[in-house]
Amino acid sequence: MELVLAIAIGVLTASGVYLILRPRTFQVIIGLSLISYAVNLFIFSMGRLRIDAAPVITHGNTDPSAYTDPVPQALVLTAIVIGFAMTALFLVVMLAARGFTGTDHVDGRD
Amino acid sequence: MTGISDHLVILPILLPLATAILVTLIDDRYRMLRIGISLGATALLVGVALLLVVPTIQVGPSDTELIKSYPLGNWPMPFGIVLVADRLSALMVLVTSILGMATLTFSLSRWYTAGAHFPAIFQLLLMGLNGAFLTGDLFNLFVFFEVMLAASYGLLLHGSGTARVKAALHYIAVNLVASFLFLISAALIYGVTGTLNMADLVVRIPQIAAADRPLLDAGLGLLGLTFLIKAGMWPISFWLPGAYSVAAAPVAAMFAIMTKVGVYALLRLSYLLFAAEAEGVLGFNHTVLFIGGIVTLAFGAIGVLSSQTSMRLASYLVLVSSGTLLATIGYGGVNVLSGALFYLVISTFAIAALFLLIEIIERSRIVGADVLAVTMEAYGEGDEDENEPEHEEAGLVIPASTAFLGISFGICCLLLAGLPPLSGFLAKFAILSSVLEGSVEPGASAWWLMGTLIVSGLAVLIAMARSGINIFWATLEPGAVTARLSEVAPIVVLLVLCIAIGILPAPILAYMEGAATLVNVPGLYVLEVMGPEAAATLARETAQ
Repeated sequence: MELVLAIAIGVLTASGVYLILRPRTFQVIIGLSLISYAVNLFIFSMGRLRIDAAPVITHGNTDPSAYTDPVPQALVLTAIVIGFAMTALFLVVMLAARGFTGTDHVDGRD
Repeated sequence: MTGISDHLVILPILLPLATAILVTLIDDRYRMLRIGISLGATALLVGVALLLVVPTIQVGPSDTELIKSYPLGNWPMPFGIVLVADRLSALMVLVTSILGMATLTFSLSRWYTAGAHFPAIFQLLLMGLNGAFLTGDLFNLFVFFEVMLAASYGLLLHGSGTARVKAALHYIAVNLVASFLFLISAALIYGVTGTLNMADLVVRIPQIAAADRPLLDAGLGLLGLTFLIKAGMWPISFWLPGAYSVAAAPVAAMFAIMTKVGVYALLRLSYLLFAAEAEGVLGFNHTVLFIGGIVTLAFGAIGVLSSQTSMRLASYLVLVSSGTLLATIGYGGVNVLSGALFYLVISTFAIAALFLLIEIIERSRIVGADVLAVTMEAYGEGDEDENEPEHEEAGLVIPASTAFLGISFGICCLLLAGLPPLSGFLAKFAILSSVLEGSVEPGASAWWLMGTLIVSGLAVLIAMARSGINIFWATLEPGAVTARLSEVAPIVVLLVLCIAIGILPAPILAYMEGAATLVNVPGLYVLEVMGPEAAATLARETAQ
């Protein structure tokens, strides 16, 4: 499971970095989105991978070994919200730039 | 936790947030009400910041009264988020609020009306800045960075136009990538140490198993890289001049403190996290900071000399300021640091005043003067003013504006080039004299720092003198200068503050020295935030 997750994060990051370095704004925003997925998975994995373990205490069972670390899940939630908002904002700026310059090149000219 | 004074630490965050919400709810038809609320809240913020600073002035450097921690929700310490106000944070909050007051006043005559949500976004920027200066938690620092950045995107776009949208596209992309690096580093640090509380990190880092150390170093290195991007270290400062030089004047003036957030975070974390060890990792490594700072300084100086427009010149001055600060932080030592903090305050105010001045100057110049003066037409940047608002009556038109502009420009020049008799000279002198006093036989790094500081000062002087001649003697239309009282007042206040600091430098330098001493003693920080037990653990580890 660790290997699969590590490969997934690696592939997402690599594709994201490649796309960010491309000259079209659409490629850049997709690249940023892919990197944000990779980062979110990475934060999640930093709480160690556990199967069948909830992050919140249930049924009065207070044994900490029965639960997974809740902090990274809280962090990832915050990161998702912020990343999503920023991507939306970037999308608007991207469209404005397309309208102003008439091209989708990141420098505003081909 | 009873009196209002106990809750003072969180007010610089709550006040702008409440104001932002309030002014968003009020319709723009009641413009005077919105202006009144914004101005009143920002003035109140200056007062709160003063209340944070004043109690820390008179006490000795080892007194724990100097550091105030404020656990949010009163959670027991490693678990909750904590706000910490010491001399350094209080000073930064005060600088932010004064700058905020000045730029907000300046924006009233013109830029305020260019977009509906300017007052709210401006308050959110203040909130993000203050939060970043006050927080004692790594992830909370990320959140406040994002609040600040989101507000800065909005402000950079304020006034719209092709140039701004193009610059914002680059600025947002770079900062989004930096934010992802921040997240990765925070996750790595949490994964290894199990905590995000800065004071708790100080205690836990020496206990990390040797096998986990590379992972932690990678995390800390990425964290340093994030702050260096914000602070504008060469070569990752390529985004800065482009973004700053097209921003609306009050926004650019406010951005003068945004690079200082990166500098602040580097200063705070490098001394906090690596106190027990001689060398940190990349970014926090003081050699890297020193060399990076020197190169940034040189790059900024060359940029200043090669600038063709005044806004670009001022943007490169931001880099010069960042480079000086990074190099001095890298050089280290309490006296050098106190000089650096002195320089930080002066350069921030002077650069902000310069951005505001340029705005008044540029709109009074003969149209196309720059094009005649230098070969700018090849770059096709003539269309940036298309969506700017019309002048609006606000306050009196002051007489003798040209003389005022000339004198103010001269003062900015003296402050930024670091020439006597003004405080810019004192700041550089404080840095250089402590560099020389620190060692009997000054090493190569001391000479490098002295050399680049002095030569960059010369470069700034040449560039600003050239620009001043070009503006005031060649291309300023006689009698065409119009400036409102609300535009002149903030510039005067900022410059008078700088000059006043130069007239009475002793108490201010003593305060900076206290702040620098406090930064150098992480034990006190841990003692205040985590309690005596953690401080004892730290002391045991350091002794080993």
